[in-house]
Amino acid sequence: MNAFHLLSELTVFVLAVFVGLEVISKVPATLHTPLMSATNAIHGIVLVGALLVAVVATPTLGPVLSVVVVFLASLNVFGGYVVTGRMLSMFKPRPTAPPAPADGGKK
Amino acid sequence: MPAGAAGSTTQLGIDFAYLVTGVCFIMGLRYMNTPKTARLGNTISIVGMVIALAATGIVLDWPAGWWIVLIGLGAGAGVGIYAARAVKMTAMPQMVAIFNGCGGGAAAMVASAELLKLHPATTAVPVDLAITSVLTAIIGSISFTGSIIAYLKLQEVMTGRPITYPGQQVVNGLLAVVAIGGLVLVTLNVDTVPAFFAALAASLVLGVLFVLPIGGADMPVVISLLNSFTGLAAALTGFALGNNVLIISGALVGASGTLLTLMMGKAMNRSVANVLFGAFGAVKKVEGGPAGSSGSGVVRESSVDDVATMLAYARQVIIVPGYGMAVAQAQHSVRELADQLEKKGVEVKYAIHPVAGRMPGHMNVLLAEANVPYPALFDMDDINPEFPRTDVALVIGANDVTNPDARSSPASPIYGMPILDVDKATQVVVLKRSMKPGFAGIDNPLYELPNTSMLFGDAKSSIDKLVSGVKAL
Repeated sequence: MNAFHLLSELTVFVLAVFVGLEVISKVPATLHTPLMSATNAIHGIVLVGALLVAVVATPTLGPVLSVVVVFLASLNVFGGYVVTGRMLSMFKPRPTAPPAPADGGKK
Repeated sequence: MPAGAAGSTTQLGIDFAYLVTGVCFIMGLRYMNTPKTARLGNTISIVGMVIALAATGIVLDWPAGWWIVLIGLGAGAGVGIYAARAVKMTAMPQMVAIFNGCGGGAAAMVASAELLKLHPATTAVPVDLAITSVLTAIIGSISFTGSIIAYLKLQEVMTGRPITYPGQQVVNGLLAVVAIGGLVLVTLNVDTVPAFFAALAASLVLGVLFVLPIGGADMPVVISLLNSFTGLAAALTGFALGNNVLIISGALVGASGTLLTLMMGKAMNRSVANVLFGAFGAVKKVEGGPAGSSGSGVVRESSVDDVATMLAYARQVIIVPGYGMAVAQAQHSVRELADQLEKKGVEVKYAIHPVAGRMPGHMNVLLAEANVPYPALFDMDDINPEFPRTDVALVIGANDVTNPDARSSPASPIYGMPILDVDKATQVVVLKRSMKPGFAGIDNPLYELPNTSMLFGDAKSSIDKLVSGVKAL
């Protein structure tokens, strides 16, 4: 491998860090929990790497660990997005009438 | 770039798709800047993920590995979606912790595969691959086992109190040395395979030992730090695989986790190092008496009827929720109480301390779940000037974030931590399970102030009683 290649990857990395800091610093404290969950789902992108090493003719990890790595990464992606979705659904604008069906279960 | 055996045009298309994914993730996070657009942001982020996975699907060896995708991805999706749907809102922090650990573990395994593929026992490993893959294995493993311990602590399977033993830092230091030593040996191509596995094992143990001495109330810091670790591990995996989408996504997450970690450290006026290595709350203060500023030692207990009357005839009430509200799952009752009070013309506001709960913004999510309108939630800096103008401050299961010693007593371990100035309200009502000190094991002189009254019992049942008390007036 050559140093130029590594440097160009490092460039992408450093610029992405700055974009990340810039974008994240604009998120209000109210949304910090969903934000953490959203970024949690985003690093589930490692599923791409998991598929690339597991779904080949002769996976280095062997059959069992190949399934495990895809499983773990999928858990991260799907669980992460569903949890984030659930958290964010709580920040929906309130239904038109305040005593809406939400607490309709009153005796 | 990996030599495009399948044709460079295909690889070009895939790399372009990855670029689109990176943009989707950035836009998705950008839309998180207001509650209104946040859900759109999540959708954009999902679209980005689907694009990246679809593009990756083009180069996979389906005939050989279709069943791996079927079982691994199928089970992961099934379990993940089920667990995420079934979990109670109050248990969110540990859910996020466990998903984070899975990502870290996966990153460590991907990097291991990438390194071991080269048959490093007989073949020289290129320097850049050695560094990035071993680093990924180290950081990913720490995140994996560390997240599991964080999960166990938050789920209260094991004690939330710091677990300490003599020589703890030395043991951790030695493990770190083994991990770094392994990294160096692999880079130098000396005993590559044993060195790699030594680094891997040391990191797995280090993840466990590093979270053990950190107490439950410091978990927001730990979870966001572990989140940034997994992000970093994902980015390093990208270096090892030569994959830009992993680098970009990992960098975003790493930046976000680091920023949140620092913000929380700042909110507690403690360095992140102090949170991680301080075993905060383990050291019981033996000094006792003199720490408490007023130190009358007299605590006034109040009754539901008294408190209900006090609240109903107030002009302004500020509710201060803490972890106790989450534990008792009292958020819906709190909302109902606020509704009843508002019917009586009382102005109700919520004061949110940045580190209340077990995740950054934990209280906000719980109150949002109970349909509390978010403009009623105030950050510490905005609400503190309001307390002197407030008739009743209602503290629900919050302790250390209201401790006036943090302002006035240099002897207190939390001295200097910014707090909510509840003691400046005309009346303070504290809902608490018992007189046990809070997580930090520090006495709270707030409870002994003449304008404070205590209402003991489970937060939810106390509030439910207050609701009927207020209704009856």
